[in-house]
Amino acid sequence: MKKLIVSSAPHIHCGETVQGIMLDVLVALAPATLAGVYFFGLKALMLYTVCIAVCVVTEWLYQRICGFKITIKDLSAIVTGLLLAMVLPPQTPWWVAAIGGFVSIFVAKQVFGGIGYNIFNPALVGRAFLLASWPVYLTSWSEPAKLMSGNWFSLTDAVSTATPLTLAKNGEYTTKLADLFFGNVGGCVGETSAIALLLGAAYLFYRGHISWHIPLPYVGTVALLTWVMGENGVFTGHPLFHVLAGGLILGAFFMATDMVTSPVTGRGKVIFGIGAGILVVLIRKFGGYPEGVCYSILLMNAAVPLIDRLCIARRFGEVRA
Amino acid sequence: MSLRSFPGGIHPDDMKHLSRNRKIEPVPMPEKLIIPMSQHIGAPAKCIVKKGDRVRRGQKIGEAEGFVSVPVHASASGEVTAVGEAMHPFGKMLMSVTIKPDESGDTVEGWGVERPWEELSRDELKTLVREAGIVGLGGATFPTHVKLSPPPDKHINTLVINAAECEPYLTSDYRLMMEKTHELLSGIRILKKILDVEECRIGIESNKKDCFEILEKEIQAQGLAGITPILLEVKYPQGAEIQLIYALTGREVPSGKLPMDAGVVVQNAGTAIAVSEAVERNIPLTERVVTVTGSTVGTPGNYLVPFGTPLKHLLDVARADLEKTGKIIFGGPMMGMAQAFLDVPVIKGTSGVLLQALDETIKDSTYSSCLRCGKCVEICPMWLMPTRFGSLSRTGRFQECEEAGLFDCKECGSCTFVCPSHIPLTHFIKLAKFRVLEEKRRQKS
Repeated sequence: MKKLIVSSAPHIHCGETVQGIMLDVLVALAPATLAGVYFFGLKALMLYTVCIAVCVVTEWLYQRICGFKITIKDLSAIVTGLLLAMVLPPQTPWWVAAIGGFVSIFVAKQVFGGIGYNIFNPALVGRAFLLASWPVYLTSWSEPAKLMSGNWFSLTDAVSTATPLTLAKNGEYTTKLADLFFGNVGGCVGETSAIALLLGAAYLFYRGHISWHIPLPYVGTVALLTWVMGENGVFTGHPLFHVLAGGLILGAFFMATDMVTSPVTGRGKVIFGIGAGILVVLIRKFGGYPEGVCYSILLMNAAVPLIDRLCIARRFGEVRA
Repeated sequence: MSLRSFPGGIHPDDMKHLSRNRKIEPVPMPEKLIIPMSQHIGAPAKCIVKKGDRVRRGQKIGEAEGFVSVPVHASASGEVTAVGEAMHPFGKMLMSVTIKPDESGDTVEGWGVERPWEELSRDELKTLVREAGIVGLGGATFPTHVKLSPPPDKHINTLVINAAECEPYLTSDYRLMMEKTHELLSGIRILKKILDVEECRIGIESNKKDCFEILEKEIQAQGLAGITPILLEVKYPQGAEIQLIYALTGREVPSGKLPMDAGVVVQNAGTAIAVSEAVERNIPLTERVVTVTGSTVGTPGNYLVPFGTPLKHLLDVARADLEKTGKIIFGGPMMGMAQAFLDVPVIKGTSGVLLQALDETIKDSTYSSCLRCGKCVEICPMWLMPTRFGSLSRTGRFQECEEAGLFDCKECGSCTFVCPSHIPLTHFIKLAKFRVLEEKRRQKS
């Protein structure tokens, strides 16, 4: 008879894997990814391809050179690449996007030790790096292109426009809420269609990969503060506009919820969400940029170890003095 | 009706359908019985027979050593063929008595003689329980008489009967309760008398609703007061003492303390039945119901097995296909122990024997980095942070583990079950406990 396998209990597993989670995230991002292609044409497709390819190749090369275990099969590099492309303006040149992908994986992820060890959300580090390095590319926006039009097929031509948030910065809340909801506005490739993003977020909820603890306080805080801090006095703001415009939905449901860079406990997650919400409003209202989602999440990422330390829960049966 | 439960926990597939409808069936006597002197938590019993002795079934072959210990009895009549170390299910060689059973079936004097117990004092009852070698049959095997002897300053007001049977696959308690409902209730009455409590709650997971209904009916028919069966959510570890007490009484057992500090004593349903047999019919604990199950078992079922029966014999009776088997587990899949040898005996704590086919067995012991997904924190029934123990233990920071509540962990395995990175968190926790205790012993000496 062959030998019996002996190992420590438990002897069964729920079957979930890192790869499975990442695959679910990719499925959840699919509607918004397609919406990006629909609204911004082949330019969007090109950005997705470049970012994903550079991220995966960077990870593979780095691990190959260092002699580490190759982890590209866990799909996390693809998620990072896709998310990075989604937070870039459609007209971003391919080589800028490629540098962003390299920074995301090399600087933000692998240097810290790879998946699980990074402090900051890799895709957002990539974006922040590009915004600091090539501000003009990262703040030039194009109008959504008509499906199958010349613009839709072109990789360079675009009708430039201002984003709803740039207009709002000047006090012009002219963008229709319906356009914001469906995504027919200027903005980053994957952030404009709230409905497509929410569809994906619902899937992640259903699969148990995200909980309400971060997105709800995050979005709620933004809505509350923008409503209270209106242009014409208290309670005259445009909460719905601020929730739907810019990258808040994408950030709140897909980036702030990144497991690696958010707190572990439920209470910690709520603090994280509220903090990020406050930062978004501060940046949008008083900062130099019209949008603040990227920095709000990165700043809160830095606070995660502190939050985790503060939020160690009472143990069952523990009597606290 | 809303089901009671506790915060946290997991929902593994219960897999009880394989054996739940199989009536308890005695196994034929094996050619030899290997009876370890250590089948309980506490000091091993001291062997009082020698090679060549003839023993009768129920005869004491090991005497309890100290208070936290119980005697061991011969599970069959026959000849003692060896006294010495033998492989134990714990994976060590331990003192055991080997008996070659004979055909006579002789039992010790007084075996099966009915005894009216209502007149007996609490101490007399407790002595009977101890002398019968009764230990917690849920798997922990803590001597029952010790749990029934709370110090005078602890006020016990509730007896909790653990009939949750939350480990997947296991159905031995369920079958016992279905087939020995009467004995269960007598056992509970005896335990209530020993503890001098008015109230008893029986916690049953809702996948055993038929059992709950039978109990309710029987309690009504007998007109028993103060015994309440309560349905619980099907969730692991619903049958862990601390979670069960919370679900049934809303009380939290203080960290580092015992159930009696919350005014509760918990006994397993099978233990209550053993108490009834010992007290009412003078039959010591020499056999138990073992669920033999799993995908490579030809006839899964609930077998009545004499202690000391070699695993191989039991597997032959249940027609197990060993060629296709990857792992054999004593107990359930969440907390049970994988066995390496087929000659280990069934002991008092063997609630089940689970066979996993090669393709079901977790073979790959590699794991990836922690994603900090927080799933282990979310489900930990003790509200701990298993991921933290994992990373601290892995890097040798055992002292910090202890400060983070290491010993509150009951090793239920839920964190390892949910971890998407497949980190053996429970294993790391056991390692940390081992190292901390080792260090404490070293400092003492």
